[in-house]
Amino acid sequence: MRRLLWSSVALALAIAYPLLFSTPFQQRLGALVLLYAIAASAWNIVGGYAGQVSVGHVVFFGCGAYAAMGVYAHFALSPLVGIPVGIIASVAISAVVGVPTLRLSGHYFSMATIAVAELVRLIVTNTDYLGAGVGLSGPTVPRNLFDLSFISALPYYYLFLAVLLATLGITWWMAGSRMGFYLRAIRDSERAARSLGAPASRIKLYAFMLSAGLTSVAGALYATMFGFVDPESGLGILISVKMLIMAALGGAGLLFGPLVGAAILVPLEEISNNLLGGKGAGLTFVVYGAIIVLIARFQPGGILTLIKRVWARRGRPAQPAAVAGASHAP
Amino acid sequence: MSPILVQVIVGGLLLGAVYALFSSGLTLIWGMMNIVNFAHGDFVMLGMYVAFVVWTLFGVGPVLAMPIAALVLATLGIVVYFALVRSIMKGPMLAQILGTFGLALLLRYAAFWWFGANFLSLPENIVGGTFDVWGIRIQASRLLAGAVALLVTGGLHLLLTRTQLGSKMLAVAEDPAAAQLMGIRPDTMQAIAWAIAAGVTGIAGALIATFFYIVPTVGETLGIVAFVTVSLGGFGSVPGALVAGLLIGVIESLSAYWIGAVYKDIVVYSLFLCFLWFRPQGLMGKS
Repeated sequence: MRRLLWSSVALALAIAYPLLFSTPFQQRLGALVLLYAIAASAWNIVGGYAGQVSVGHVVFFGCGAYAAMGVYAHFALSPLVGIPVGIIASVAISAVVGVPTLRLSGHYFSMATIAVAELVRLIVTNTDYLGAGVGLSGPTVPRNLFDLSFISALPYYYLFLAVLLATLGITWWMAGSRMGFYLRAIRDSERAARSLGAPASRIKLYAFMLSAGLTSVAGALYATMFGFVDPESGLGILISVKMLIMAALGGAGLLFGPLVGAAILVPLEEISNNLLGGKGAGLTFVVYGAIIVLIARFQPGGILTLIKRVWARRGRPAQPAAVAGASHAP
Repeated sequence: MSPILVQVIVGGLLLGAVYALFSSGLTLIWGMMNIVNFAHGDFVMLGMYVAFVVWTLFGVGPVLAMPIAALVLATLGIVVYFALVRSIMKGPMLAQILGTFGLALLLRYAAFWWFGANFLSLPENIVGGTFDVWGIRIQASRLLAGAVALLVTGGLHLLLTRTQLGSKMLAVAEDPAAAQLMGIRPDTMQAIAWAIAAGVTGIAGALIATFFYIVPTVGETLGIVAFVTVSLGGFGSVPGALVAGLLIGVIESLSAYWIGAVYKDIVVYSLFLCFLWFRPQGLMGKS
């Protein structure tokens, strides 16, 4: 009941945000937070819940982005048509790549996904149909509403909010379903999960495909908002890294973890880029790197886990110290 | 075989020896503590920048740059081990991957911020020009790099197999708890392994800088080359890394010669994926 109340308050705040903070910079910032939250939440399904640390999710992001711009560039269709195209393409790719790759565990899986991402980037960079090194552009002047080409960030904000809610809804439903329980069992110990009869390979593949499809939606929305995509903005390894770090900072494997991570890191990046200009690009990623190292070193569970623990400790001040130290006291 | 083909293969072998050198560092850490250093390629990148700084400050080439780069990187390796690796090793998988990955970003963009994104390079004839041997043109810098890399890799193999230090490190790799009972400190041995692994990347970086452009993102490509080499040679095997490094150098040169320079990375990455997918224990590993 209290959860429902908090969620409604958060939702009301999210809806009111662009009205309260109405400068173009603030509205754009809000839209970007939501966009990255969608991508990081999609990553969270396979990276957080299933514990398979994919560094190649940018492939699916790129699929969506290239599909949205591709249907416009080649067939003069609305980028909206590219969303289902991108979903189909990335689910297909994730199935083909996932079958051999998901057999690898731990570091090997991460390395293989990096190689896949770099391979795809190199191939696209040398493919003229996909714009090679220059990339593809969307409509310069909107022909109608369905081109989704707006000057203000406000329409994007509400569009992204709706998609984020859908993504979180799907994640929440999945986490509570049988599949969610299987995934958490696999994350804790794949061998134990298998020995208890969990169909680990199949479930991991489903999670990978679901995650891929949702990631491609984020990519398509990104390309639609910026109106173009090139190998760097659509397939650069840093996009994977951003998804990963946002989810990990907030709390990987928690429903709202990626949203919290995005709400911290996107403003950090935008504001530091604004303040430092071109020179800031390098410095921003130095800070990113430092944050990742610090989370890994001190708080692998992310900020939400930390808050939960502090909260739980505060709720029982009368407990004797010895029991509180045992942490999992009922 | 035509002389040009021989030249391509010799060039590949010389480059491959350098690949083998820095990959042997990765494989050492991997074999010893089962952790992958995602920042390994960026260590090589730092070695290249050290060579550049040494040249701008003292006007001296790899003779001085190699020992300095080895020292700087070895120090970094020890710091990274005690500040980061020692604790994430016991943590969950996500923390292990995030930790060294974050380090990679940190180093790469610190170099980007400090030195800028421009391509830097050492003067072309810093080691000497090119010369002909039986009609094959060889760059002196590449010959030096290949020869030194072979020597150091061989030395590392001897160190690990023929000395007391090597035996101690092997003992820690087998079973840290048992090694500790025999009076060997696992912490010290693992820190030494990190120092060696990072030190050889420093030497490799100083060598590569004599014939390759220096740019902050070069570590990304080199890191993947190291992964390919290690996965091909078998995880934890220095001789395996040597054979695999030479092989990859030749494959890269041949595919650049036959298909085109832009496709050489595509060939190597595809090879890597095939190996991970179909033979994860490597060419010489036991199944």
